[in-house]
Amino acid sequence: MREIVNIPTAALFGQLVLGLVNGCFYAMLSLGLSIIFGMLNIINFAHGAMYMMGAVFTWIALDQFGLGYWWALLLVPLVVGLVGIIIERTLLRPLYKLDNLYGLLLTFGLALVIEGLFRYRYGVSGLPYSIPESFQGALNLGFMYLPKYRGWVVVASLLVCISTWLVIERTPLGAYLRAGTENPALVQAFGINVPAMVTITYGVGVGLAGLAGVLAAPATQISPLMGSNVIIVVFAVVVIGGMSSILGSIVTGLGLGLIEGMTKVFYSQASNTVVFFIMAVVLILRPAGLFGKER
Amino acid sequence: MKRKWMLVLVTFFLVLAFAGGFAPAKFAAGKVSDVVKIAVLNDMSGLYSDLAGPGSVVAAQMAVDEFGGKVLGKPIQVLSADHQNKADIGADKAREWYDKDGVDVILDVPSSGVALAVSKVANEKHRIFIVSGAGSTRLTNEDCNPYTIHYTYDTYATGTATGNAVVKNGGNTWFFVTADYAFGHSLYDDTSNAVRAAGGQVLGQVLHPLNASDFSSVLLQAQSSGAKVIGLANAGGDMINSIKTAAEFGISKKQTLAGLLVFISDIHALGLQATQGMYAATAFYWDKDDESRKFGRAFEAKTKKMPTMVHAGVYSATLTYLKAVQAAGTDDADAVMKKLKEMPIHDAVFKDGKIRADGRMVHDFYLFQVKSPGESKYPWDYYKLISTIPADQAFQPLSASRCPLIKK
Amino acid sequence: MKPRWIGEGALLVLGLVAPFFVYPIFLMKALCLALFACAFNLLLGYTGLLSFGHAAFLGAAGYVTAYAVKVMGVGPGLGILAGTLAALALGFIFGNLVIRRQGIYFAMITLALAQLMYFLFLEAKFTGGEDGIQGIPRGRLLWIINLQDDRQMYYVVLAIFIFGFLLIRRTIHSPFGQVLKAIRENEARALSLGYDVNKYKTLAFILSAGLAGLAGATKAIVFSFVTLTDADWHTSGEVVLMTLLGGMGTVFGPIAGAFSIVTLQNQLADKVGSFVTVIMGAIFIVCVLVFRRGIVGELSALYDRVVGDRGRIPS
Repeated sequence: MREIVNIPTAALFGQLVLGLVNGCFYAMLSLGLSIIFGMLNIINFAHGAMYMMGAVFTWIALDQFGLGYWWALLLVPLVVGLVGIIIERTLLRPLYKLDNLYGLLLTFGLALVIEGLFRYRYGVSGLPYSIPESFQGALNLGFMYLPKYRGWVVVASLLVCISTWLVIERTPLGAYLRAGTENPALVQAFGINVPAMVTITYGVGVGLAGLAGVLAAPATQISPLMGSNVIIVVFAVVVIGGMSSILGSIVTGLGLGLIEGMTKVFYSQASNTVVFFIMAVVLILRPAGLFGKER
Repeated sequence: MKRKWMLVLVTFFLVLAFAGGFAPAKFAAGKVSDVVKIAVLNDMSGLYSDLAGPGSVVAAQMAVDEFGGKVLGKPIQVLSADHQNKADIGADKAREWYDKDGVDVILDVPSSGVALAVSKVANEKHRIFIVSGAGSTRLTNEDCNPYTIHYTYDTYATGTATGNAVVKNGGNTWFFVTADYAFGHSLYDDTSNAVRAAGGQVLGQVLHPLNASDFSSVLLQAQSSGAKVIGLANAGGDMINSIKTAAEFGISKKQTLAGLLVFISDIHALGLQATQGMYAATAFYWDKDDESRKFGRAFEAKTKKMPTMVHAGVYSATLTYLKAVQAAGTDDADAVMKKLKEMPIHDAVFKDGKIRADGRMVHDFYLFQVKSPGESKYPWDYYKLISTIPADQAFQPLSASRCPLIKK
Repeated sequence: MKPRWIGEGALLVLGLVAPFFVYPIFLMKALCLALFACAFNLLLGYTGLLSFGHAAFLGAAGYVTAYAVKVMGVGPGLGILAGTLAALALGFIFGNLVIRRQGIYFAMITLALAQLMYFLFLEAKFTGGEDGIQGIPRGRLLWIINLQDDRQMYYVVLAIFIFGFLLIRRTIHSPFGQVLKAIRENEARALSLGYDVNKYKTLAFILSAGLAGLAGATKAIVFSFVTLTDADWHTSGEVVLMTLLGGMGTVFGPIAGAFSIVTLQNQLADKVGSFVTVIMGAIFIVCVLVFRRGIVGELSALYDRVVGDRGRIPS
């Protein structure tokens, strides 16, 4: 077997690809979180629960309604986004005039409620969801085996991330959003409906989480705990990247996924801690994050 | 001025604390109550809920009903609670049960970490604890105590039986995927010993947290080890996910997956297609003989599933406990314990069982192999018998026991 | 002043006779968590800093105490002391790292540092990983007090709790505490008045960490084991809930909150199992939306409205 630095090539690249796939999920989730934070100034603790809902709804779509993967990919993010809009309108709106720590606490409570309800209904053993037929099997790339589905996840998430970035940075709608973040009163004076923008932003942000959930459903264990397992790492990603920086989220998410993968190869015990360690270092040296601006 | 206050207060409380010991206690353990309370503590909603869970409560109730609902004229009550695989929740509940509710015996407790914690509480409170669900051999070695009985199975029995069988079939290089807690380590230790004793080689192991969400990187390491056999030193939901992920990565084509603790609930969840050929070393199979079939069908009528050896173990343990109480004439823990270690065990589940001085219940063990889809003729027809391992070989011999209770 | 003394006296008497009526283990659990919540409130209610990682101190102290008592054979008193010192040290390290951050950033970085500690505890050999450290002997305190007896243990725990509580109260009513309140109200103004704001915040953080550690160390002895749950971020969330429910920035609020939550968990765990999390989350949401002053805060406001302000100096 060919080896690099005493590690079989296949294993090294295998772990790197897995790390990249994880990184894609981190990127998509932290992207949504960043957008929400930028616009609403709220840390959405319920983001992990939204991701989990996306995955569970995907399962429900198949189990209850007979709707397959491709339908789920289209409909589930919309459903999750809708749930998000309802939450924003009813629960979050009263908090804008308060310290944003209350928003954090409310979304924390929300995460507990959502996760608790799903856990009560579905247990924690996990729901099965098979990989759609078009993606079953693996490609032999010579230096490693790439499971087809994981390849699809990378492609899909990169597409989503890049298009979101393009919309926000390069389109008029994105410009309104960015302006609304900086100076909502002024933007409102121009006749733009800022509250509606805020609501839609939250909806889009959690919709992205829901989409990540759909992509995750065939690849990982669909379990009511999957949100809380990932949310803290995603927070770390957002903080490292810069709390409201879209580019920061994407780059940091992918990067950290890769670093985690590498760590698993060489020193697997540390793979859990490496993200937080990096976060501590970054926050000491560059408090606003790698790409962020101090607010 | 304030400092003097503090000192006065502290002394006051210390005196109180000393004095508190002399007051009559309301919550002392060791009461003899009017109701015999049997409590089932296990994982009701998590990764072990299928192999134990609510089914164990049904099994205990079946035993109570069969016994007649009363012992020594006192009614029998079956309680249950969910320990969520957390040692603190389990131990808290055990303590409360023994102290406040007058529970006489706690049963089941899959998840060895919790079982170890509860056994310490049982020892502290001088109440009986019969472990039917957990596997760690520490319960009858380093952590043994006079109030804990390890019923049904342990990692020595299943690991040795499976390890031997696989090595004899040509699987002589092993790499382990281990659940990183008491049970996983115990299973790894016992199986590696058996593998080496049979002439095989252990190349290494990779650890994963209990109830892990993703097995891909773990299995990737197993794959790159090049071992012929990947030993799964985990159980329940973890084992099921390991097998599923291995299938996704095409690992099962080149390497053999050896489940070291397999329950019929796992086979049912995964299906015969994915598990055919796997060895399952177990204490009980519903279709083994007429008595076990009768028990199995009765259990299935209530739960729509066939009993795992954990369920069967809880049933048998409850019956045995009640018989011991009857024979002892009291529900006092020490007297009942003495009887438990004396009497032979004979019921639908275990034909010829005995509880040793170290708390280990020994009985015959069976090695089954999972049938192929074509071989299975009716629902739950999953296993074919390969061999029967007599009680004195299945479990760790008393002479090798590290239990401090054994006088050498 | 008078109503306060009567109220506190009544609570003290209640605390003294409680173990004769209520299961002592339950009381001790509530007391330890109440101390934890009071320590947390010092930081949140009185300095205005939301730490989302306080479980790290609870867990660290618990593990150090457990190791000292079980493995090294130290007595329970020294063990608790060791645990508390460990938490103080950790508080010192973390405090200096995080204190320059504010608001959300502060919460996030404390959360991440606590996660770092969680995974360190998971991997470290001495903590026993998923199994935790079990079977910690209670031993004897000062050679005469037998901690094996739940009743005697209870009074020791009560003493520890009152010590911690009085320490916090003393701090709040001291000049140091006044500066903390000033920082909470308007940090810029406090800074402009010449106070070294960072130093005050760091000191408050360290004190809060140390007392949280005291709670964790005591809890380890009471329950005879320490597991990863103590350092889990859900525990950090729980203490926030207790403080919020009880009343942030009130002296007795965290105690009320802690007792409420422990009672709730105790009563409901048997009946609804894992549904408890949903109820806790719902309480969180309700508190944030309509009950921000918490139990004690609302009762206090009610008392003021009913009795009227008779020229009392607000505390």
